[in-house]
Parts: sequence; structure tokens; C-alpha cells
Amino acid sequence: MNNYDAIVIGAGHNGLTNAAFLAKAGLRVLVVERNAYIGGATVSRELHEGWQYSSCSYVCSLFRPEIYNALDLGRHGLKIIPLVSSMTFKQDGDYFGSYSQPNIRRRELMRHSLRDADAVVRFDADVLRWCKLIRGFLLRTPPDPGSFRPRDLFEFAYLLKKYYELSESQLYEFIRFFTMSIAEYLENYFENDTVLAHYSGGSIIGTGLGVYSPGTAYVLLHHAMGDVDGNIGSWGFARGGMGAVADALASSFQAHGGEIRTDADVRRIMVAGNKATGVELASGEIITAKTVVSNLDAKRTFLQIMDEADLPPQLVHRAKHFKIRGSSGKLNIALDGMPEFPALPHGSPLTLGHMHFTDTLHRLEKAYDDWKDDRWSADPYCDALVPSQYDPSLAPPGKHMMSVFVQYCPVNPEGGWTDAKREQFGQTVIDQIADYSPNFKDLLLHVEVRTPREIEEETGLTEGNIFQGELTFDQLLFNRPFPGYAQYRGPVKGMYMCGSSTHPGGGVMGAPGANAAREILRDLRRPDTTPQEFSDD
Amino acid sequence: MSIPNDHFRQAIQHTPFHARLAALTQTEEWTVWNGCMAPRVLDKLSTEYFAVRSSCSVMDMSPMEKYRITGADAYRFLDRLLTRDLSALRPGRVTYVVWCNDEGKLIDDGTLFQFGDGDYRLCSQHHQFDWLMTSAMGFDVNIEVETHDVAALAVQGPTSYSVLTEAGIAGLEDLRPFGIANLSCQDFPVVVSRTGYTGDLGYEVWVSPENALPLWDAIFSVKSRYDVHAIGLSTLEMVRIEAGFIMPGFDFNTAESTVRANFDRSPYEVGLGWVVNLDKGQFTGRKALVAESKRPAKRRLTKITIEGNKPVGEAFIYNKKGGKLVGEIKCAVWSPILKANIALADIEYIGGALPKKLWARLDYQRELKWMSAWAECRPTNKPFYSPDHRSATPPSRL
Repeated sequence: MNNYDAIVIGAGHNGLTNAAFLAKAGLRVLVVERNAYIGGATVSRELHEGWQYSSCSYVCSLFRPEIYNALDLGRHGLKIIPLVSSMTFKQDGDYFGSYSQPNIRRRELMRHSLRDADAVVRFDADVLRWCKLIRGFLLRTPPDPGSFRPRDLFEFAYLLKKYYELSESQLYEFIRFFTMSIAEYLENYFENDTVLAHYSGGSIIGTGLGVYSPGTAYVLLHHAMGDVDGNIGSWGFARGGMGAVADALASSFQAHGGEIRTDADVRRIMVAGNKATGVELASGEIITAKTVVSNLDAKRTFLQIMDEADLPPQLVHRAKHFKIRGSSGKLNIALDGMPEFPALPHGSPLTLGHMHFTDTLHRLEKAYDDWKDDRWSADPYCDALVPSQYDPSLAPPGKHMMSVFVQYCPVNPEGGWTDAKREQFGQTVIDQIADYSPNFKDLLLHVEVRTPREIEEETGLTEGNIFQGELTFDQLLFNRPFPGYAQYRGPVKGMYMCGSSTHPGGGVMGAPGANAAREILRDLRRPDTTPQEFSDD
Repeated sequence: MSIPNDHFRQAIQHTPFHARLAALTQTEEWTVWNGCMAPRVLDKLSTEYFAVRSSCSVMDMSPMEKYRITGADAYRFLDRLLTRDLSALRPGRVTYVVWCNDEGKLIDDGTLFQFGDGDYRLCSQHHQFDWLMTSAMGFDVNIEVETHDVAALAVQGPTSYSVLTEAGIAGLEDLRPFGIANLSCQDFPVVVSRTGYTGDLGYEVWVSPENALPLWDAIFSVKSRYDVHAIGLSTLEMVRIEAGFIMPGFDFNTAESTVRANFDRSPYEVGLGWVVNLDKGQFTGRKALVAESKRPAKRRLTKITIEGNKPVGEAFIYNKKGGKLVGEIKCAVWSPILKANIALADIEYIGGALPKKLWARLDYQRELKWMSAWAECRPTNKPFYSPDHRSATPPSRL
């Protein structure tokens, strides 16, 4: 039978999360996935024999523990192991490490600046305060501030109440935090160049913004507000690679009776009488359902798989102007052994965590300048990790897998992308790492280079934007993806959005998928299977 | 201080006295104090406790944060930073101080040593370099972290004067409470202050790190005649509560580390209104403290005695049995010398006044079984224990 209660388009982590909660409520749910495999950008792939690449997203911290718990993902095989460190190599041969062991962390800061070692206490408390505030909204549907429905009024009052739980000076600081650049925000705390560069890097990952662009301070939160078992701001590796997240979600979904069809490319969402009626696949096959949920980004959803004639023209206009800029690249590397980093003393634990190679704010801003001119950064910001040091399932014995996230990489370099240009981009990254690791180039067995073009081709993310839309204030909360459409409902009855284009945005969080499920179940008058947020108080 | 780039190999540092402590410990019960290994208990808590109260205790206090503040504007800077009137402080004297942020919330407390004109040492519980540097803008002042450049022993107890004198430190007889003396022990210089955190007769002996072990050995060389006993932080916690001393970061949250609104505390709220002088002129936090001083009191950290002998840990306080929740115990101890449960409790005032009755709900274990009991609490303003011999000059030779 080709009829379901609900069809979810796209087997990314949010699509699967959404589908799992719908199935848990007793609906007959089908997930359709264009690729031959599930996961979207939350995927592990064997692109070189013997190596498992987390080929898109590569670390995990934002995934909501409430969802993990409600969908029983631990019993479905998911393990997230906390990362212990991050570090930045300096051009002068030294390095700065951020260790999780508090005494070592403090002494390392003292080694670079006595003052910064003290200031980090204030920095941690302030960032934790904003994280706590934002985390309270992750698993809630944003209120429509123009609506007078009791539920919207209640949610808006909740938002204001949380906000006014801050003290007067904290209120001011919060507004500043939301609107400042990360560089200027950090300069309120730190003086050392390397410390500043190290802590600001996370705020440009995935964004078409530079360290001095207003709004980037907030992005810090998107990388700091996750937690692994109560360690707020810490990152984790999913055992088996990021595909383990999708696999556990799929397993939970299937345990609730859900079905997944891969190699099923949706050509369009069918609409009749302003109601969604199902989907038509590229093969011409039609599958019907009264509820159709899109995990695709807002641009792709409304401009590619819906007939514009079915949509309000203002919505089409909004979708066309949705800010979703590609700015990131990725290298997945099979290594013949562990690279040496002579700057690190023998036995340093810092190769176990994030490794960066940009030691000043100036270099970070220059990297952004290149991107604005449609060039990849000649001196890019890289986030390199070798997770095979933790997880032997990712590479053969004695060999290693390295994942390098690269900021910035343009969507459309002059003359467009060619395979040759892509390899040149990859070489820029390899050269930068080799500056700090003399044997790095000798260890390369296979290098897969992804520009926004490749990321979009594989995952469908418009321009390869990892967040499904920029995380700027104009596209957050009740404005995400567009004003009037922040409550996961599309413009036609029975059509919903559940991807990172919706509140609370990108990162492997699962929250948009869960929030959308809550709204769908509400419309269908089904019991709510989605979890309430855990409280920090 | 130079830190090697492979410091990660040793997460926890050793103080200059570590070799002696490591040789003495029978429990291996260590904790971390400001990045340094510090003993909780070396042999037996009750023995260590009574060393403070009846003979002579020695505690390694080297990890204490220490800042040297010098320069033409040192006094003006400190007067602006600290809530207390410093005009009576003289070279060779020490005073207890606290400091606040602009909102009048406590950042930390500590002791201020004046060595000479424009030459001070500030000791604090928490890391203060960033705040001191921020506060120093506009002042001709030099601030140096000397935490690891100065080793220190707290020598405390009724026989501490005799022990130090016998150990070869001459000239303590005239040293009054809160005085500083430049003396020598055998052949090396020591700075001795008549200060402490125990509420008993006692001294703090400051020495350069290379003379740390000779100082230790000199003091312990009189052990055959005096009961000189090394103590750990668990004993300190007992005696400082008896003396009524508070500990920032434990009894209240310090302003810079506070996440939640109104979880920080003003000096008034922790019972330190006596170190705030609103009439001395401008100081950081004054405006907020003036405003607070005119409002009815919201809460006070209050010394209470809890009736009975049930173990007191963390507990809520009510205005009557089963009544309204009015507070919580921040630290508590069974005082062996008073044979009483004593505690510091954060109490919310009702109508600007301490609730008339205070009852603690105590949860405690007996042979792993949880039990619960009500106990009435009596507030007090005085230190729980403050013996006369604490302040006698010259101290009696015991």
C-alpha cells in the first residue's frame, strides 16, 4: 500500500528524529531518502577502503539529551565520548592548548597570560549564563509575537520571564552579546592574541561571517551550549562516526514501526485544495499521506520540491532571499600513521582533540576577506581532528582518519568550481597542516576534498551551508526560517518543516525535528511523544 | 614565573613543603588547593584539631594567592578597591579586607599586609590578578603575582608562641595581633605576622621557597618538647567555623563566578557590614552599597548553634517545624571544644528582620539508614570560640 499517515522527506538526523516521535505516537510513517544511505550530513561513509569518514558533520555536542533519552538511543547503540582538548599552533613554534583538566587548563593560560588565566573564570560564568538561557528554548516552539492565541501569549510570556530572570546588568550584557562580533566580545576578557584567536574560531564555523562581523558572538553559543553529560561546552565523538547518530535514530524509528526508503528522490510535494496530499518521486511513483514533513532546508523545500503556484508569493519571495551562504569546505583524509607535530612535547594529549593553525584574529579576518572576494582562504581556519585515536573502528590498525573542517571556501570561485580547483583548495589546506607536521604529506593515502559544491551535491544543503541557513539574529527564534512560519507549519495544511532551517537552527541537535513532531501531533490530536527540556535549575 | 610547555605532565603542583607533608601523611588524603596538592588529613582529624586548640598546629598555606602591590598610588589604589577605611593601617600591620564589583557584590576577601609606605601584599582566596589589573587603571601602581614566590606556614595554637621561639625565631614577645615582624630563624630571614584563620593564638611565617624546608625542620625540631602537629584542610574547616570566619566560594558565591542573577552576595548579606565604610569616600561598589544600606535587610549569613548532637550536613532552615523555608546551612561542624553543632546559614529575613524562630531539618545516616529530625537553631553574633589567650601580648609561655 502506498498510503501513510506521514511522510518525512530526507533521512537526516532531524528527519529521523521527527519520524521517530511520530511513529512513537502510533502513526504509520515513511521516511524517503534521495541517497542510497541515510544520515544526510550526519553520516559515516567508507569512501576509501577500510576507512570510515564522518564525511560531513564530525563532532557532536548539541544533540539534546532529552531526545537521546526519549528515543532510547543508548540502547539503540549510540555512544558519545567526550573530547578532552582543543589547541592552536602558533607561527613562532609554540602552541596554546585548552585542556579539560582544570588545573592544566589554568596553567596553560598562565603560560600565555596571567591575566587571561583569571579572566577565564568570568568568561566561563558569562557564557554559561547565556547558554543556560538559550538552552531553555531549544525544545520549545517559538511563540508568534503577533498572535493573541493563548499558547503564543504563554510562550511569549515564558520567553520574557526567562529573559527578566537576568539581573539588570545581565540584561544589557545579553543584548550586547547577541549583537557583537566574537572578536570584540572576547576582547572584553582576554588580551593574548593566541587565546583570542583560539576561542573565536568556533564562532565562524559554518557562517558567512568573519570574526569582526556583528552577530558572530552568538554563534559561539551554538558551539558552546551543547553538553556531554553535564560538561557544558564540551564536544564529543560518536563511536563509529557521526553515522552512528543517524543509525541509532533509524533503529529507534524502526523499532516504533517506521519504514525508510532510500534511493527515493522526491520530485515534488503534492498539494490539492491547499492541502498536502503526498509526494511524487523522481521515478514517477506517488505516495500519499495527509502529513508531509520536509527535512530539507527552507530554500530547497519551497523552491525545488514545491510548486511555486501552490505557495503564497510572499513566502516564495522570503525563500528566495533566505540567507544560506556556503562558506565551508571539508577534507577527509586516510593516513598511513599518526602525523608528528614537533611543536608538541612528546606525549602531549592535544592531538586527541581539535587542532587549529590560526593564531591571530588578524589572520582569521584575512581568511574571511578572501571568501568575500569569492576565493578560498589562502590561509584558512581549519578544525582538524583524528578520531581514530579514540575509535579503532574508523581506520585499520596503525592507520588513522583525519577530518579537517575548513573555513572559508566560496560557493562560486571565479569561473566556477572545477575538479582541478577543488584539488588546489585541498592542497592549500594540506600545505597549512604540513607547515606544522613535517611528515604529514608522506602519510596521505587518500584525500577527499569537499567544497560547497560537493557538500550540496551529496547532502542537498543549499550552497553546502551546514546550518541550513545563517544563524544571524534576523533568522533566529520566531524569525526562523521566516516571520510567520516559525512554528514548523508550512503554508499548506498538512505540510511541515523539520530541518535546521527552523528553530533552534543548525548543529546535530535533533531539536527542530522534535519540535516539529510536537506541532504535528498537536494538529493531529495525538498524544505528545516529544520530551520536555531538562532544567538547568 | 616561567611555566614549561610540557607542564601538562603534572596537573597538580607541589608546594615547597611537599616533601615533608608527603613523608608525614599516613592517610594519603590529598585535595587540590589553587593547583597545589594539599592534605585534607595527615593522620587523624581529632588529633589535628586538638593541636590547634590545645598545643601547636602547622599548616602549609603556600598555595594562598598573594599579590605584591607597590608604587606611588598603592594606597590610593587599595583605598579605591577595598570597602574598608585603610587610613589607620600602618607599616607593619595587617587588616582583613573585602572588595566588591560595581554592583556592590563580593568578589573576594583577604588580608592586606602593609610592609612599608607604598608596599603592600594582598592575600586572597581566589584568583584576583585580572580584577586588580582592571581596577588599577588610572593609578600609578605595580601589581605582581607572588603566589609561588613566597612559601608560608600557619603556626597556630596556644603553644605556637613557645614553639616558634624555641625553634629559633626571637623577638615575637612584642608582636601584637595583626602585627608584622621581620625576624630570622637560625640563619635565614623570615617574616612573621600574628594572623591566622583559626581564632586561636597563632602566627603566619612567610619565607622564600628555598628556606621552606629549613623553616619546617626548625619548627619540628622542638617536637620532642612541644606537641607540634602538621594539620590539613579538614581541621582548618572546623576551626575557622568555630572562629566565625567565612570562606568565599563556599559560604557564598563570588560575583565573578556567578551565573544566576542574585546568586551573588553583598558584604552586608554575609555579615561583613563592619568592613564597609560608606563615609571614607569613593570605592568600588559604594553607590550600590549605600542604596542597599538604606533598604531593609533581605538576608544574612548568620552564625547559628543547632541543638542536639545529630550530624549536620547540608540542611534547609524553616521558621518553624514544617513551616516556611527561610534558609540553608552553608557550612557546619560538630565543635569538639564546645560540644555543640555550629554552622553558618544563609537566612532570608522576614520584614527586614531575622525570623524569630529557626528550625533545621536534618537528614543524617545511622549505619547507612537515612533518618530525619528537626532541631532548633539559635543565632549568635559573636565568634563561637574566641579564647582570651588569642590576643594576650606578650603571649603566655606554655
